[in-house]
Amino acid sequence: MRRLRALEPLAWVGPAIVLIALVVIWPVIEMIRSSFLEISRLGVVRGWTAGDNYVKLFGEKDFADIMLRSVIWVVAVVVLTVVVSLALAQLFNQHFPLRKVARWALIAPWAASVLMTAIIFKWMLDPEVGVINQIRVKLGLIDAMGGAAADQLGDASTAMPWLVFVAVFVSVPFTTYALLAGLATIPSDVYEAAKMDGAGRFRTYWSITLPLLRPALTVAALINIMNVFNSFPIIWAMTHGQPGYSTATSTIFMYILKGSDIGESAAMSVVNFGMVIVLTVIFLRVSRWNKEVA
Amino acid sequence: MAVDTAPARTGSRPQARPGRGATRRLPKLKTVVIAASAYVIAFLFLFPYLVMVLTSLRSQESLRDVSFWPDEWVWSNFTDFWSSGLAGNLWVTIKVAAGATVLVLLVALPAAYYSARHRFRGRTAFLILVLITQMFQPTAMVVGIYREFYQFGLVDSTWSLILVNGGFNLAFAVWILNAYFSSIPRELEEAAFIDGNGRFGALFRITLPLAMPGVITALIFTFIAAWNEFVVALTLTTSSENKPLPVALNSFIGQYQVDWQNLFAGSVIATIPVIILFALIERKVVSGLTAGSIK
Repeated sequence: MRRLRALEPLAWVGPAIVLIALVVIWPVIEMIRSSFLEISRLGVVRGWTAGDNYVKLFGEKDFADIMLRSVIWVVAVVVLTVVVSLALAQLFNQHFPLRKVARWALIAPWAASVLMTAIIFKWMLDPEVGVINQIRVKLGLIDAMGGAAADQLGDASTAMPWLVFVAVFVSVPFTTYALLAGLATIPSDVYEAAKMDGAGRFRTYWSITLPLLRPALTVAALINIMNVFNSFPIIWAMTHGQPGYSTATSTIFMYILKGSDIGESAAMSVVNFGMVIVLTVIFLRVSRWNKEVA
Repeated sequence: MAVDTAPARTGSRPQARPGRGATRRLPKLKTVVIAASAYVIAFLFLFPYLVMVLTSLRSQESLRDVSFWPDEWVWSNFTDFWSSGLAGNLWVTIKVAAGATVLVLLVALPAAYYSARHRFRGRTAFLILVLITQMFQPTAMVVGIYREFYQFGLVDSTWSLILVNGGFNLAFAVWILNAYFSSIPRELEEAAFIDGNGRFGALFRITLPLAMPGVITALIFTFIAAWNEFVVALTLTTSSENKPLPVALNSFIGQYQVDWQNLFAGSVIATIPVIILFALIERKVVSGLTAGSIK
């Protein structure tokens, strides 16, 4: 009977553990294992290769560029997202008529699938009829539709900023909402005290709002780092990482490799995994450092 | 949630107060500027989806016209959707989203309830495991997922998509449900238990109804996430009739001539329902995702 009691938690929690083990833990192990295997295109395991997959991966001529681009991609998207969201949270925290409706509008990019949003942007950037290019023609930024200047996604130097734009576009809603929730937890008497001390608007924001917003900011940024690093549909739908690999991040590269060499692709995944952990640790260090300074 | 807005209110009150008596009907200039910029931004965030809807109502011929509004409104793109193979893909999406939601409900509910009510050995380890899982993304391990399901012989099966989507959304559900169950006083349940309801009677009559907002949030969140999921579905489905709608729609793009009007009719069907569903739970999702850090 006592032994049965000891098993009781397992009956309640067990299924969850099994599901996590099956769907989350197992793939991680399988991924690491595969990165040391030689696997044929059809999925047949040909045997162990000490670290050949990694050697091959690091030897790819585009590898260094892709890794650098991935880091820039994450940093650019997350920083822009946070800055834009801080401003938007401040704005949407004010009182104005129909605030609720305006806030709801922000939900759309968050709820809609990122893939759909990316596809819409690809269409809006269409060189011949895309509405963004129509606007650019009207503003005199480009001479005419259809030319090379209108083909924004065809060249890495113009495609990359658009990819970043779309990634920021879909990340801002969640971040803004998280910051709005953070703003709501700041007690109003703190602001009254600041006012009595004669602190100005900017000063109040800088030394009261921002520090108190830090927990919300940290979590939002952390979730964004994970999401953006693993962001796949935007680049996949809009450029496929092309031309060449010039708009590919490591996640895209991993997926492209999957079609030719699963072992090498697994090695790329493991490197990706490591990168996410490193970026997260760096971020946590930096934000803690900020706290100590403040 | 009404307290949410307290800081802003106190922030703007001093400016608003003096003029209130005299210019009651006229809003202050500051409010007008704030409202106007908020509306513009709101519009910008809706704009792509407006373009999506407008394009889905264009005719094939007017697709390449340079005009923002369609010359004529063509509803046949939507009726075409139902007669094309895409209706089958929509059905796959519905099965995956509903299946994952039911799976999460069955697995997360007991785990969250028990870990909220009882201290047992391994409880902390379990909750940490859940927290770590929430940080994991299927995209990062899609190769491992593919290899695993390849070995199971479950590639190109709706079941594998249900399993993966259920597994990756479990963490959020356990987390938010655990918070809900913890907030319900144990005494309420015990009182019902003493009244002769039995342990399960108390659970089903008292605790579960009180936790309903959390349950609904977890369910809608899982449903939307599974509905929108792309990478795993792209990887694990091979035949066109087994592809969920997003994957099927994406395969339009590779074609030489993209029938954007049909593509966007499908997108509208894939997008609008989840935006509405999401609007219902948006606040709870934020507190769920950032739980523990903001409070």
